[in-house]
Amino acid sequence: MINKDWVPYLQVAPLAILMVLFVAIPLAVLVTLSFWLSDGISLTPTFSFDNYKAVLTSFLTWKLLLATLKFAVLTWFFTLVIGFTCSYFLVFHVKNLKLQIALFLLCTIPFWTSNVIRMISWVPFLGKEGLFNSFLMMLGIIDRPLEFLLFSDFAVVLTYVHLFTLFMMVPIFNSMAKISPSVIEAAVDAGASPFMILKDIIIPLTRTGIALGSVFVVTLVMGDFFVIRVMGGGQSSNIAAAMKNNIDQLYYPDAAAMAVFLIIAVLVPIVVILRIVDVRAELAR
Amino acid sequence: MSAKGEIRIEKISKAFGSLLAVKDVDLSIPAGSYCCMLGPSGCGKTTLLRMIAGHETPTSGRILIGGEDVTDVPTGSRGTALMFQNYALFPHLSVLDNVAFSLKVQGQGTAQRRDQAMNMLKRVQLSHLAERVPAQLSGGQQQRVALARALVTNPQVLLLDEPLSALDEFLRLRMRSELKRLQTELGITFVHVTHTQPEAIALADQVIIMDHGVVEQSGHPREIYDQPHSPYVARFMGGQNVIFGTVGTKGKDGFAVTDEADNKYKLDSALALAKGQKVAFAVRRDGAKLASGKGRSDNAIKGEIRNIEYQGTFVKVALKTCQKDEFLVYLSDGEYFASPRKVGETVSAIWPIERNHYLEGENNSSGDPTGH
Repeated sequence: MINKDWVPYLQVAPLAILMVLFVAIPLAVLVTLSFWLSDGISLTPTFSFDNYKAVLTSFLTWKLLLATLKFAVLTWFFTLVIGFTCSYFLVFHVKNLKLQIALFLLCTIPFWTSNVIRMISWVPFLGKEGLFNSFLMMLGIIDRPLEFLLFSDFAVVLTYVHLFTLFMMVPIFNSMAKISPSVIEAAVDAGASPFMILKDIIIPLTRTGIALGSVFVVTLVMGDFFVIRVMGGGQSSNIAAAMKNNIDQLYYPDAAAMAVFLIIAVLVPIVVILRIVDVRAELAR
Repeated sequence: MSAKGEIRIEKISKAFGSLLAVKDVDLSIPAGSYCCMLGPSGCGKTTLLRMIAGHETPTSGRILIGGEDVTDVPTGSRGTALMFQNYALFPHLSVLDNVAFSLKVQGQGTAQRRDQAMNMLKRVQLSHLAERVPAQLSGGQQQRVALARALVTNPQVLLLDEPLSALDEFLRLRMRSELKRLQTELGITFVHVTHTQPEAIALADQVIIMDHGVVEQSGHPREIYDQPHSPYVARFMGGQNVIFGTVGTKGKDGFAVTDEADNKYKLDSALALAKGQKVAFAVRRDGAKLASGKGRSDNAIKGEIRNIEYQGTFVKVALKTCQKDEFLVYLSDGEYFASPRKVGETVSAIWPIERNHYLEGENNSSGDPTGH
């Protein structure tokens, strides 16, 4: 027989073990490494703030941070508008439940392929000789190909929006579907216009979903280095991409210091979001 | 010129796909009256109410409120307010802002609308909870908030969809008298949908009893209780026994009617009945007496006692007879205990001929309030 006092510990053990193995230990390694030094060939275990000094005093870091935040804000804005609109349509305009589920699943179909394929498929579409440019030229709207379509900030944001809108849409859909139809009717009964219902009823009741979706999108965008490399074509960069450069050149401690900096940079917007919306209280409702 | 708050419904029908929920209903509800729409679930009463509120558009027909055709007038501007069955309070707003919402819609300033909402909350004795959100209130309190929210715009007509069904027995009786008191004070028209018969007769000036999308009978509760139109109404309102029989010859004291077990009854000679016709009539449960089952008399039904329930002011005796429904007799407790009976005994229930009420309507539904 197990001693009764141990039972609660056993109950939290599975989660605790996972958290320690996959969160606490890697984080501890990362933080430790950020204080070591590297000359590009070998690592010197020590306790030095040199890496942080280099990161924080470099003009480039702050420029990259600004770029990272710019991508995060733009992507957040577009995924929010598209995700909210799609959820609104599915919840309030598709009356048939089966059709609603079918349309919802349709939104997830792109996810049957890998991120890479979905991203790369933009290249032949947006390129100089790509479908879109050829189409516009055929119609005579432009006489030479639009250059900004591919390998640009535009392409990067477009790809982010494409890849991440569903992460915004699903939580919003979830909280929107919980709104009782009679609550909307009560607002109609009070004489509220569709816009007032949206502003005063639907958006406030969907804010948990908006907050969760925002957390997903912001963390995904701020942590990405791959999309920005492929779609930016060397024209765009962010902190994670710079970190990847350091890793490729075996400057692990520098990369680690940058990673710690990025973690803090991501935590700030998330804390702000969670301050505005008390997600736990609203989920419990 | 029609009075404010008078409702006239002309040839209203509503179809949902191939299902006809309301069929060709004509109704008139006088201004300032308390009207109850009564019927089992699925009878069309809620659809009719929602059409008056403007949440459903009639397939055909017209609705007039205060003499004005509002069939195509949007919900918020026809002078009605609907109180929803599950209250439908805005979960993210405080009680005060819930009540003030329709004033906000009308464009009133924050201070002014909160003042007005606070007065309404005082009226329903909830001003001390103004800052709470609905989830922190009990069912009865949420009900009052919903009531205050509906009344804050001074509607001509208040529509209530099963307002008391979510409350426990004690609260239900209290809210019931409060609704009546409010209606008397405000003098506006209340239309109240319910499937509970005692609620309807206790509250209403006018009861409208519906079944399968049509109005079976409409009138003062006493008229409907005492003189039901059809077997369905008699059963649904309770208080009546329904008896089926075949018309025989017409004598000087009325038509002779015989049922399957050869019990004999008499119906008023003024009725237009033909020999051999199948008829139904009702006898009030409190109108019959019990006699020991030997002798044969007119206007009596023979049966075996199935059940005896003491109810305080009266005793309810159930007889198994040849009729489909049990025959119930309500005896005053003094009368019953003067000659108590035993379950299993065979007795006759007898009553005066004038107590027979001929049922001209054909609807023979069971009148089970929870459905068909």
